[in-house]
Amino acid sequence: MSTKQQIALVTGASRGIGKAIANCLSKAGFLVAGTATSTGGAAAISEYLKDTGGLGLVLDVADQESIDACLKQLKETIGLPTVLVNNAGVTNDKLLMRMSVEDWDQVINTNLSSIYKMSKACIRGMMKAKTGRIINIGSVIGSMGNPGQSNYAAAKAGMIGFSKSLASEVGSRGITVNVVAPGYIQTDMTDELDEGQRKQLLEQVPLKRLGQPEDIAQTVLFLASAAGSYITGETIHVNGGMYMS
Amino acid sequence: MSDVENKVKEIVIEQLDLDVEVSELNNSSSFVDDLGADSLDTVELVMALEEEFECEIPEEDAEKITTVQQAIDYVTENA
Repeated sequence: MSTKQQIALVTGASRGIGKAIANCLSKAGFLVAGTATSTGGAAAISEYLKDTGGLGLVLDVADQESIDACLKQLKETIGLPTVLVNNAGVTNDKLLMRMSVEDWDQVINTNLSSIYKMSKACIRGMMKAKTGRIINIGSVIGSMGNPGQSNYAAAKAGMIGFSKSLASEVGSRGITVNVVAPGYIQTDMTDELDEGQRKQLLEQVPLKRLGQPEDIAQTVLFLASAAGSYITGETIHVNGGMYMS
Repeated sequence: MSDVENKVKEIVIEQLDLDVEVSELNNSSSFVDDLGADSLDTVELVMALEEEFECEIPEEDAEKITTVQQAIDYVTENA
């Protein structure tokens, strides 16, 4: 860590992977702001980050006004971030033939358009600081595809192209842009699977276990730290070998 | 030198990290050809002008601001 404490903004930090990332960065010495869509979620984040001086904020990443308000609040409290972790996302799975325009738009807006909006909102501060890390949380589905997830896969694949382009644009300012692409991670979502589904899932994973949120968080920390400073435009797959790029 | 001219030159020097005094900066200097700016520098420069003079410079106007004098003229007319 440099002498001046770096500020990290993690979206979707109330649970699962986002919470693990916020905790991990915070333990490593970053001053962390985590976001949630509800005030209750933001309060819970403030609670778990309070020992390290971090805070929770309300943010809807699909809404420009909400982003502007969140960044304003951040600027007035702990300062503008030099690390942005775009983690917030949703799924809305349906076979294409059953997928409405709303189902498509919701996932594209929340998972893909949001990273354009968030990156744009944060990049000016990074340019001024002449350093920055944008870390986008993708998915193995963005590279593999999955039936029922054409919207989600398109958003996560789009994230990779976005990150490569932005990495080329801002590299000269010491700003890196990367994607961390999780495979099957143990979260609320995978806890709902029954034993049969679980077994079937693990058959695809050479390491024969689900990933933990901390596996993703450690990879994010690596990219955010000095150790990862020469990596940009890259997608790091953290999936137990279920997809090897 | 007018206040606007002075301020614009200060911003140009700061943004492009130039090692010159305000009085030494030529009005006819082109950001890219004479002062070594890259495309990102010119974007940052326009954003710094917007911030300082509290105006919004549309993309089609921003593209036409390529010299120190053009920046001074634009700000004088629009801010």
